[in-house]
This record gives sequence, C-alpha cells and structure tokens, in this order.
Amino acid sequence: MRKVAIYGKGGIGKSTTTQNTVAGLAEMGRKVMVVGCDPKADSTRLLLGGLAQKSVLDTLREEGEDVELEDIRKPGYGGTWCVESGGPEPGVGCAGRGIITSINMLESLGAYEESEGLDYAFYDVLGDVVCGGFAMPIRDGKAQEIYIVCSGEMMAMYAANNICKGIMKYAESGGVRLGGLICNSRNTDREAELITELASKLGTQMIYFVPRDNDVQRAEINRKTVIEWDGTVPQADQYRGLAKAIDENQMFVIPKPLQIEDLEQLLMEYGIMDA
Amino acid sequence: MAKTKKLVQLKPTDIKEELLAKYPPKVARKRAKQIMINEATGSGTAPEIMANVRTIPGIITMRGCTYAGCKGVIMGPTRDIVNITHGPIGCGFYSWLTRRNQTDPGPDGDNYMPYCFSTDMQDQDIIFGGEKKLAAAIQEAYDLLHPKGICVFATCPVGLIGDDIHAVSKKMKEKFGDCNVFAFSCEGYKGVSQSAGHHIANNQVFTHLVGESDKEEEGEFKVNLLGEYNIGGDAFEIDRIFHKCGITCLSTFSGNSSYDQFARAHHADLNLVMCHRSINYVADMMETKYGIPWFKVNFISANSTAKSLRKIGQYFGDPALIDRIEAVIAEEMPAVEAALAEHKPRTEGKTAMLFVGGSRAHHYQDLFGELGMKTLSAGYEFAHRDDYEGRQVIPDLVPDADSRNIEEIEVTADPKLYSPRKTEAEIKALEDSGFEFKDYEGMNTQMDEGSIVIDDLNQYEAEKLVELYKPDIFCAGIKEKYSIQKCGVPMKQLHSYDYGGPYAGFKGAINFYAEIDRLVNSKVWSYTKSPWQKSPELIGTFVWE
Repeated sequence: MRKVAIYGKGGIGKSTTTQNTVAGLAEMGRKVMVVGCDPKADSTRLLLGGLAQKSVLDTLREEGEDVELEDIRKPGYGGTWCVESGGPEPGVGCAGRGIITSINMLESLGAYEESEGLDYAFYDVLGDVVCGGFAMPIRDGKAQEIYIVCSGEMMAMYAANNICKGIMKYAESGGVRLGGLICNSRNTDREAELITELASKLGTQMIYFVPRDNDVQRAEINRKTVIEWDGTVPQADQYRGLAKAIDENQMFVIPKPLQIEDLEQLLMEYGIMDA
Repeated sequence: MAKTKKLVQLKPTDIKEELLAKYPPKVARKRAKQIMINEATGSGTAPEIMANVRTIPGIITMRGCTYAGCKGVIMGPTRDIVNITHGPIGCGFYSWLTRRNQTDPGPDGDNYMPYCFSTDMQDQDIIFGGEKKLAAAIQEAYDLLHPKGICVFATCPVGLIGDDIHAVSKKMKEKFGDCNVFAFSCEGYKGVSQSAGHHIANNQVFTHLVGESDKEEEGEFKVNLLGEYNIGGDAFEIDRIFHKCGITCLSTFSGNSSYDQFARAHHADLNLVMCHRSINYVADMMETKYGIPWFKVNFISANSTAKSLRKIGQYFGDPALIDRIEAVIAEEMPAVEAALAEHKPRTEGKTAMLFVGGSRAHHYQDLFGELGMKTLSAGYEFAHRDDYEGRQVIPDLVPDADSRNIEEIEVTADPKLYSPRKTEAEIKALEDSGFEFKDYEGMNTQMDEGSIVIDDLNQYEAEKLVELYKPDIFCAGIKEKYSIQKCGVPMKQLHSYDYGGPYAGFKGAINFYAEIDRLVNSKVWSYTKSPWQKSPELIGTFVWE
C-alpha cells in the first residue's frame, strides 16, 4: 500500500484535487482510503455525495472506547473508503492533537492492515504545517510520499517551500519523500514554467498541471467529483492524467527548501514581482 | 578528624573552581555568576549574584514550576477556598497535601484541603477544549460544598490549547452571586521558577479578594503576617505569641488562612513580611492602596522572634503593649535557654549548609547561630537578587523576557479605603530613631566572609559541596534528601520539616534545637556504604572466555 499525503496552502484546492484524483485512481481499479485531516471535516464530501459523516473524533467522544472501524469509515464513489478525522470548532482546543489521536485510532482499529486490500491511503491535510499535530501524517510509518498542491501565486509557493522544510525534517528521521508539486492553475503568467522551475530548485518535479475549468465547480455543486458527474468532459481526463502520473511516479526525493531570497528572485525572473 | 583539616586547606576560590571544573565553558560562565564568594560584611560594594534566571537545560535543578508556586505554595494553605486544578490529574494529585501546611478548620469547619479537585482532562478535552468541563466542575464544587470562593489553576496544556479560564470563572461567579470565582494563569512553564507562581497567585488574591469585607475589625493592634505558610504549625506558634502579647493578626498570607481573613486584610494597621521573596510586592501594593506600612520580620529563632516582637511594639508605640511584649519574652526565654543549655554543648562548632526557598536559607541561619553552628554555604532556589543583596538593588534590577511574562499590576490609592496609618511626621520620628520600614538587607550581609552563596543549586553541585566540605547537616527539600543521605550526611528538609515542626517562635526554636542535636550527633548516615564504595569496579567476563 502506498500512503500519500496532500499538503498545500489553505484554499489552494487540496480537497478538490485529492478527491478528483482518487476518483481517477478508483476508476483504474485501485482500492483507496481517503483520510481527511481537517477539523472542518469536508475532505470527502465529493466522494460521499455530500453525505455528512460522523468524524473519528466525534465518534470517539460519543462512543467512548467502544469504537469499530465501521463506525468511522464510510464507502464512497468507486469503492473508496472515506474517513474524516474531525476536530474542534474554530478557536478552541487543539486540532493538531485531534489528528494524532485520530490517526492512532485508525491504526489501532486495523484500517491499514493487509487484509483491507488497500492500494492507497490518502491524507488530505489542513493548510500549512502549523504544529506537530499537522505533521503527524508525515511522521515515521505514516505517509511515505507527499504531493504539494500549489499555484503560481506567491503565497502558494511560499507555503509549498515551508512544507518542504517540514518534509525535510521528517525525511531525515523517517522515510517520507516528496513526490512532486501539483500545479492547480490560477491562470497566472507563465505558471507552468514557474512551477516547473520551482520544482527543479526544490529537487523535485511538477508532476501535473491541472488547468482551471469551471466544470470542477459544476461537479462540486452537484456534490460529485468531475469523473462521477460527467466523465466525458475534458477536465475528467485531466484528473485521470494526474491519477496515472501519481500511479506511475518513480521520483521520490528529500526536498531542498529555498531561502526566502531565492524564492523572491525566482518570482522576479518570471516577471511576477517587479525588480 | 579529616574534616577539620579539610576546612583549613580549602579556599573558597578553590571550591568555586572545583564546582565549575566539569562544566562546558558556556555553562561554567553562567554558573560562575551564580556562585558567589561572600565578602559582604557591611562595608564597600558587595559582589553581585545572578539570580532569577533560567536554569540551564540538562542541569538537575532544585526548583519547582510556576503551577507549584501558585497552587501549592500560595493558595494551597487556604482552607475554605475550593482549589480546582484544570488539567490532567497528575498536577492536581501531586500538589495535594504535600506541603505539610497545617490548618485549623475553624468554628465553621469549612476545610476543603483534604480534598483534591481536578477537571482530570482527557485527550478529548485537549482536542475539543476544556472550558465546558471546567464550568461543570465549578458548578459541581459549588453545588456540593457552597464555598465562599473557588479558584481555578491552569496547568501546562491549558495554556497551550488556550482555554479561557478567566472568562469561565467570571461567568460562573456572576451566575452564583454568592461565590467568588477567579482563576490563575499559572501554567508550569511560565517563569524561571516557582517564584513566578507566587507572583501570579498574590496578584490575583490582591485583585479579587483583599478588600472584599467592609466590616470593621476589633483589636487594638491589628497586623497581617505576610509570607508565613504554617508548615508544621509555624503560624500556630506565632499566633500563640501574638495572642499573648495582645496583638491581633487579622490575616496570615497564607498559612492557616481562610477566605474571610484575606477579605479583611486591609483593616490591619501594619503588615509584617516574613518571606520577603514571595510577597514583598503585596506589602508594597497594600501600602499604596490602603496606607498600611510594612517591615520585615523573622520569627525563626528565639532571638529573632524577640527582636521582631519588640519592633512591633516600637511601631505601635504603646507603653502597655511594649511592656506586655517584654513580659512575654521574659516568660518564654527561660525554656529556650534551658533547651540551649542542654543541646548547644553538642552542636557548638558544627557546620551546616542551607539551600532552600526564597527566605528559609536565610532565616534558619539564625537558629543555627543560636546553636553555635556555622553556615558554610547557602543559597536560594527561586529568590531574586534583592533577597541576597538587599532591597537597595531593586532599582537596578533589569526586567528580562521571563519577568516581563509575569503580570505586574498597577495600584493607586483607594479613594475610599486609603488612610495612612502613621502620619509623615510619625514615620519620620520612627525612622530618625533608627527604625526601618520596607527593609530587607538580604542574606549575604549576615553570612561570614568567604562563605559561598549559590543561587539555584543543582544536584551535581550539592554532591560536590558535600564531598568537599563534609558539613554536619545539609538542609534542602525532598528532591535532595536521599542523595545527600547517601553521601553520609544528615539531611533536614526545610520545606516540609520532614515530620517535625513547628520551628517558628519560642517553642519552635526549642523543637529545632532538639531536632538538630539529634541529627548532627547521629552517626547512622556515615555508616552507610554504597556498593561502589566497597568494590569500586564491577568485573565481568564474557561467557565464551
């Protein structure tokens, strides 16, 4: 089983990209579990058709110790398993600790066992790596490969670079590697070239360029992934392409994060920032 | 024996060098500023000591945490306030009845000290926040006990997840109407030592409790005793003496204290400061807000007790009080002298080391002095420079990042309650006669030239000192007790008094003489031999050899 974590700046489209890609993998016949690591618990909405499911932490709180795997994972599109870690409402408690507890619970319940026949486990992680809890999926024995969703916008690249620092820290002690950058296009100038260049500076690749297309929006309004909503539109093929690229990916590296000056230099070279 | 020879041979500079020898250069540099060879015998500029700074990671310090200082030391001895520890159960449990601060349950019998109250936070409470659980705990305590006050203490995780304990307390206080609920942000990591916890606790007591009662208090000579924690019944003995002298103690901060005592403290006409470190700022604030003067007292040792009583008499200036104090001293001293006559021949010339507290390492030197014993080396765990060098250094103290982290409250004269207890002319007349207010000259001036003063002593240095000096007794706390005994030296706990006390006042002094005589003349620890002292090296062979 490959354990994959998706990181990226908040609002960049991690959950949308993850679910659409997972739909592509499912279509290829892969058995996938998606673990949402966001307190908002909205990482599996498209796969479940909007079905609001009870999060791991809510279940734990209500049921106490007597929790079964079936209480916390629900079947979604194409035979996927969907899990939401959940967490506190904004402004209280510790969401990071929630993720730690939740992932430990999944492990102890045997969600990752051979007998489950999983090909992939995807972790969709909230925003930046803000504290130890949010780094949980990339610690030793959890996710082995990371994809960072980014765009040609400054802050998205800045966040990507920051996440690389987190990966580097755990890559030295654990086995985690960076699999590449997924460019979720915002239609900025020379975006594909810029991200390709950033990727090469980080020592990795731009594994896929996902163009902007309003069909993603349309599918979302219908609470579906693009492939499920209308598998014939061009954007469905883009996600199939991303799924295939990930499935065939061989390039796993320890990233080399950039100094902030180098990052700004890069933006100047590509004409985004005026020198 | 070898001991006396050693004393002659060892120069304090050699001792200091030896203590620092094993440290890496940067650590040695910092510790060198905290280890001071005393030369402060009154004249000239006394050397500075570095105090109230962070302990170097890796060093096994004697210090405690901020929570321990707040909940354990200051608020722990108050019998009729329900103290709720908001956090996982360990902090509440290990600060429960561990300080031997005794209490008299009083006529109402409201005594919650035998209970341990905690929200017992679980993983789920950390993740989702513990405010609801805290509110439920406060409600439960109120429903069960109807206390006058409920205090809430933050443990480390509470600070990390940001539970607003003050808002919860305020809400519950408003809801109850007849129960004062307030909270302390005393997360363990907040200061460099428990001293920060004392400060946080005292500030909140001053803000939320002192001044609450407007009932006039009876008594001709009304005082508060600040910084006396009734370990082993010390405050009971001091109260006994006060009572005999006709002095009314309205409030003790906080040994054997109650909610009402704190609430009425502002009716006193004099504040007596026992432990300068933990509470001098409260005395200052009460002077500013209510006009109550303060001076430093010491009820540890018979002579110091007599001296402090006489100073109280001088302050009030009432001939009847002064006569009564003299009569009490005359009545109490024969028993003290009889006890000294018995014990001193066996204790004279022996040596002691004291590393404890923020005032105890100083106060107890008076008792050892009465026994004819010399203090070779002493230091505090959590004191600041003024406790070593005297209050004159306070203006020179530079606030650092750690001390700025602890709230300072601004106090002004209370428009209704401020009334200076002495006129400026009266204060001046007293001062002209040599009387000192707001006085504390610190520990160093009292110690011999060449004695070693060490701040924030650690286990390594303690063992090294014992090895080099072989004192007849070593005084510290429970964490040091067994390692010192294993070095073959008797050990007396001056936090909890082991199982003894009281040691304050006249009767306390008698108890202490007997205890120290018993300890320094017992050979039992010197007979113990560690396994490595008998056979220094373990010799083994591989099975295939």
